[in-house]
Amino acid sequence: MNGFEYIGKNIGKIDAMALATGQPLFTDDISFPNTLHIKILYSPHAHAIIEDIDTSEAEKIPRVKLILTYKNTPQVLHTTAGQGWPEPSPYDTCMFNKKVRYVGDRVAAVAAETEEIAYEALKHIKVNYKKLPAVFDPEEAMKEGAPVIHDEEGISGVYNPKRNIVSHIEVKAGDIEKGFEESDVVVEDTFEMQYAQHCPIEPHATITYLDEYGRLVIRTSTQVPFHVRRIVAQVLEIPVQNIRVIKPRIGGGFGVKQEIILEEISAFVTLKTSRPARLVYTREEEFVSSRTRHPMKVTVKIGAKKNGIFNAIKMYALSNNGAYGTHGLTVTSNTGSKTLPLYNKAPNIEFIADVAYTNLPVAGAYRGYGATQGYAALEQVVDEIAEKLGMGPAEIRKINHIKVGETSPIFKALGEGREGVTQYIQSEATDKLLELGTKEIGWYEKIRKPAKEATKVRGIGMALLMQGSGIPLIDMGAATIKLNEDGSFNVLYGGTDIGTGLDTVVAQIVSETLGVKPEQIIVYAADTDVTPFDKGAYASSGTFISGGAVYNAALKVREQILEVTKEIFGEFNTKDFILKDGFVISEKSGKKVSLSEIAYQTLYLKKQQQIMATSSFVSDSSPPPFAAHFIEIEVDKETGIITPIKYVAAVDCGVAINPELAKGQIIGSIVNGIGYALTEEYKFSQTGKLINSNFMEYRIPSSRDIPDIKTILVETYEPKGPYGAKSVAEININGPIPAIGNALYNALGIRIHKLPYTPEKVLEALKNKGA
Amino acid sequence: MKVHYKINGEEKEFDIQPGELLLDVLRRNNYTEIKGNCYLGTCGACAVLINEVAKATCTTLAAQVNNAEIITIKGIGTISEPHLLQKAFVEKGAVQCGFCTPGTIISAYALLKNNPDPTEEEIKRSIDGNLCRCTGYVQQIEAIKFAIKLLKGGK
Repeated sequence: MNGFEYIGKNIGKIDAMALATGQPLFTDDISFPNTLHIKILYSPHAHAIIEDIDTSEAEKIPRVKLILTYKNTPQVLHTTAGQGWPEPSPYDTCMFNKKVRYVGDRVAAVAAETEEIAYEALKHIKVNYKKLPAVFDPEEAMKEGAPVIHDEEGISGVYNPKRNIVSHIEVKAGDIEKGFEESDVVVEDTFEMQYAQHCPIEPHATITYLDEYGRLVIRTSTQVPFHVRRIVAQVLEIPVQNIRVIKPRIGGGFGVKQEIILEEISAFVTLKTSRPARLVYTREEEFVSSRTRHPMKVTVKIGAKKNGIFNAIKMYALSNNGAYGTHGLTVTSNTGSKTLPLYNKAPNIEFIADVAYTNLPVAGAYRGYGATQGYAALEQVVDEIAEKLGMGPAEIRKINHIKVGETSPIFKALGEGREGVTQYIQSEATDKLLELGTKEIGWYEKIRKPAKEATKVRGIGMALLMQGSGIPLIDMGAATIKLNEDGSFNVLYGGTDIGTGLDTVVAQIVSETLGVKPEQIIVYAADTDVTPFDKGAYASSGTFISGGAVYNAALKVREQILEVTKEIFGEFNTKDFILKDGFVISEKSGKKVSLSEIAYQTLYLKKQQQIMATSSFVSDSSPPPFAAHFIEIEVDKETGIITPIKYVAAVDCGVAINPELAKGQIIGSIVNGIGYALTEEYKFSQTGKLINSNFMEYRIPSSRDIPDIKTILVETYEPKGPYGAKSVAEININGPIPAIGNALYNALGIRIHKLPYTPEKVLEALKNKGA
Repeated sequence: MKVHYKINGEEKEFDIQPGELLLDVLRRNNYTEIKGNCYLGTCGACAVLINEVAKATCTTLAAQVNNAEIITIKGIGTISEPHLLQKAFVEKGAVQCGFCTPGTIISAYALLKNNPDPTEEEIKRSIDGNLCRCTGYVQQIEAIKFAIKLLKGGK
């Protein structure tokens, strides 16, 4: 299809067979003799000061080894967000704090010979709490006189701690008020998105031990091994050089493992006791005390001219960060920066956001990273204004979306915790996405008004989306590639495959560049002692940034191979040489030498050297992938139940290096997004306690909840990406909420403004409509 | 107390505490191919075959199934000799993070033992207790269908 041998091919995931046969690949699949088991004591109060904590009774329990509290651990203010340095998240927490800020906040940790003993010891820790008034609503939290959640000394990076405001964002282009005045039609609407969790089936797990030389090793389920090393060093006040972080296989992350929340505790236990330590979250801990999506209330106002061209777009987002400010500024910046450039025809743009602390669980990175919440509102308001203008949803999107060669002032104005980077779109096929998607879903046949008298009514809806590929001029990845005697290559890179298939994509990139089969590529990743640095798995950066680094390293290795070949062939124009099937071949003379022979020569005989290279990649742009989503739903007017019937995702991720893996990313995102749209929701008691922290009461989709899902890959070529690739992992989680919302309107003429779309809310909306 | 099982064809005897769960006993004895830790029987990652029925080990007392025959994912196929279901999962992109995969394949294997020609609805039902957050299930269902085709062709 594209003239490539290994790019665009469905190579089976290189780790898949080991996983499918149950090899011990995950963090907790390996055990060390003499391991201490760690369990954590959590706050029962939403907001309280720990007046005193008495661990003496617990310490007397036989086989309890160590108990940690704020009293005997380093008090270093830091952020748990595993971001690049300097982190854009505030330094507002210590390993253990003297104040607890939500039900489930960490109070103490026990390390004991068994888990049972550790649990028993937790019961004997006596804590005197001085309860404080708590605040659960972000609007209330920002009001004068609300309880101040972060009044501790020394915190930094918080916009206004006295008013519980983590961050305040304001970005403007043009004149927004004049823009609305000069519009013929103006529509405004508000949508509220709920607390939800990533639910990786493998919860957080960390095992720490000292190696034979007394160095600390952290084997951990992380998306950010290099940030783990840096932040653990910071928190424990030890040199980076004393720490080795190993990332084994990871049982899903989706953003929640971009946090350093277990590693420093386990590491501290190991350093204090010189013994291996193990800390594995339960499902309940995963829900309550890891991280969540940022709940958000988003208002979008669009003004358009009669011809449908947008003249002004205003977005306000109120984001709830819970008790600590992790990813607050950047997630909420992305709510604007990943959505507003899509409709760049509007010269007047305003994005304002506030991020508030509340006494609820802590929000962090979650697939979609704020864009999910932005699109939930934006794409429904686009439908609303289309209706007012008498235009079709596809038509209004076609005339307003960003095109090749175009830019948006938002790219420059709104970055990740600092100013962004101007960029021009170099790859995009949005009209084709809309065209193929509408065709596949049968849009123009189905858009007609549904029969009102039926009990079960069908409706269709769409949404248009973009995301990014890495963070420009911030995200960096690096890779080393070396040649072995049999013509195989080791790839050592810092990129972090958390189940996405990045290691396989990387093998394909090296295969293509060096003309060897993927079976001859040995990929070893994300071990801070062995591989070069990489920022980790986030911001849709795997294929683009980590893959870009591997591509650059492969090019350098290629040059070295060609240089050696010159002498072997007695030819001097390397442009005549091609690498294919493990050989270098001169197209001029027909001479041929195997990579194996080159390796033997250079390792042992002549021109002795290890053929190897290290290279890095950082991008000055973040090329957006684009997607058009379509759904057909059936709504039962008597029960209020929404059943997704068919879902179509037309996606432009540049060149899909491995289409089958790209398809998996797309479908996985959509199903996760359908769960967020229909069922997934944290439920709190009046005192702020999460009451549905298990899979029975917090329902994620199962195999019987999915519609017929059709993915369409529309290939474009992104010049900045390795072999034309852009990202694909995050964008598709953004579609289900607005697509279902628009389909609901199509089916029944109702809009539900508070997510998720539960049967109760559907029935209420129908009642209010007076149907 | 002692329990006795036949695991993947081998006779085994373990010392256990009376209240211990099968998941903990088996993982402690290096059957780490069994994943999961929801302890409510809700995620399915810890499924094995107990006397030919797919069951969650996290809600099964170890003592309760004394003398049972247990088959884990390694009893179905190994990395050097994989089962066609495992091959199909690899080929069809049905393995992403792979944490739920052993349990899901156990469920599919149990289905095919009793019903070699299931409908799509029966396939979906067989794995609806195996939660997967990565794949969205479509490629898993395709893989099971593909394995059925391969298994039929092999006969």
